[in-house]
Amino acid sequence: MNRRAAALLALLATALLALPAVAGSYVLSVATLILFFAYTGQAWNVMMGFAGQLSLGHSLYVGVGAYAAAGLYFHYGIGPWAGLWLALVLCVLLGAAIGFLAFRFGISGVYFALLTIAFAEFTRIGFDHIDWLGGPGGLFIKVAQREHLDLANLRGPPAMFYYVMLALAASAFALCAWLLRSRAGYYWQAIREDEPAAQALGINTFRWKMLAIMISSAMTSVAGVFFAFYYNNLFPEQIFNIGRSIEIILGPVIGGVGTLFGPILGAAVLTMLADGITEALAALGIEIPGVKQVFYGIVLLGVVMFLPHGIWPTLARRLGLETKR
Amino acid sequence: MDPVNVANLAVAGVLTGLVYGLMALGLSVIFGVVRIVNFAHGEMMTIAMYATIVLFAALGLDPFLAIVPVAGAFFVFGYALQTALINPFITRPEHSQFMLLVAVATIMVNALLMIFGPSARNAQLDYLLESVELGPLLLDRGKLYAAVVACATSGLLFALFKFTRVGTAIRACADNYLGARVVGLNVKRYYAFTFGVGAACVAVAGCMMCFLVDVTPVLGPAYTLLAFVIVIVGGLGSMSGALLGGVLIGVSEALAGLFIAPSAKSMFSFALLILVLLLRPQGLLGRKP
Repeated sequence: MNRRAAALLALLATALLALPAVAGSYVLSVATLILFFAYTGQAWNVMMGFAGQLSLGHSLYVGVGAYAAAGLYFHYGIGPWAGLWLALVLCVLLGAAIGFLAFRFGISGVYFALLTIAFAEFTRIGFDHIDWLGGPGGLFIKVAQREHLDLANLRGPPAMFYYVMLALAASAFALCAWLLRSRAGYYWQAIREDEPAAQALGINTFRWKMLAIMISSAMTSVAGVFFAFYYNNLFPEQIFNIGRSIEIILGPVIGGVGTLFGPILGAAVLTMLADGITEALAALGIEIPGVKQVFYGIVLLGVVMFLPHGIWPTLARRLGLETKR
Repeated sequence: MDPVNVANLAVAGVLTGLVYGLMALGLSVIFGVVRIVNFAHGEMMTIAMYATIVLFAALGLDPFLAIVPVAGAFFVFGYALQTALINPFITRPEHSQFMLLVAVATIMVNALLMIFGPSARNAQLDYLLESVELGPLLLDRGKLYAAVVACATSGLLFALFKFTRVGTAIRACADNYLGARVVGLNVKRYYAFTFGVGAACVAVAGCMMCFLVDVTPVLGPAYTLLAFVIVIVGGLGSMSGALLGGVLIGVSEALAGLFIAPSAKSMFSFALLILVLLLRPQGLLGRKP
């Protein structure tokens, strides 16, 4: 990162910190959503962008994390900061189990991707049959007064949720920046580029891939806890849906897989695009279901076709943000 | 539990499974040759289902006759899709190919939603209500016909790949990309042809599927997943594996619906998928990768 990039990053951080002071509740909710997808995208990027393991089932960790914390709160009144630990443990165990099974048996590429989908779908249908967590009818957390700030139970005004999500997204960014320059980061990139070659150099690829999936699932579970307390309702049909997994990976793919800013930029572009299309259609008075998603699909198609490495690498080169190596 | 009842359900599962198998066959053929996982497969089938229903409603065309125009149109569509969109992505990384087809699938589902709305549709045919007696078994006439068509189409496909020059050339492209180019095959054109054949396959499955379920636009993603499960269980790229996988999933769905709960039926399919991936990742009839 060069000086110009550092200056821009500082400017962005200041703007994000000051946003709730100037923005209305609508802008704030959009910003929270962007940060949410920036965070989950960052988590997914650890697996795919760094270590080269394509997961299409990240909704699994969002869902399990969300249900773990929400279940504890709903039944025993245990707050999210304690529930977070259960979510973390469960998701790391799940990630480790999937990783162990897949990597031990040499499953990779498309097969690994389909295995992750299978686990997410299996869990989705399973949760439909857990009555203790509401089953298909959903689990609802009591909505508190919006003006009343109760950080311990994660109940409060939209600005609180915004700042919590901002802190999460910023920590994920810092963690990923550090990971990428750590020993693990270099090993991951070696595995991503050429696994047999990495193995020949003496890298224990199994161990490092396990580390990647465990870190990624742990990070994603935290997003799940946030999701549960932000939206206050959980349905297996929605939270474990493959569409949710696709939403998670859209950001980094559009922004730039394997880059640090890609997930953030991608999340911002996609969320604003989706909202922009909704607004534009409402202004034009078009109310046919599906129009919005068709536009969305066409834009996605265009980006994937014409910007194969995502928006960020191209943009960074244009703005002169990357030092030439 | 009445054994005749169970046998009836199992046979119905086999018949449904054969149609599933034909659908998955399209996916398997495409993957086996082009090495692209068609994430828009179920969506393509829903389009074929709508086409069949529209032809029936507008022209009174029987779904069995609709196979010809629908499959023909899908062959052209598949050929064009591969030529215009997918061929440039052959050498791209998997996640990039995945996003491309997700975009295509999103456009397909929602275009259907725009045109037809969210409500379920079907083709009302008198003979669908009749059943055929076979010893103690009672078979659904529509299902029986659908299964026969699925078998015939699969047979044609086997013959195409086994005995014709085009089929031999396609198998050469699948076995060895570089070798096929060295002997002067236009690989990309054969890829397009294969995608067209796969699309035609799923179109026939779509015409037959009209006998089995009512169609809504959102069926697409569910059938994409189902097709994946089937081809992985049977062996991705193996043609007979796809049919075997289809029958297995069809029967397991039918019996799980009876013995456990109808809502849990696809859980069994996914459990089967996970087991196969772990114990025999190349699938039941697949070759070692």
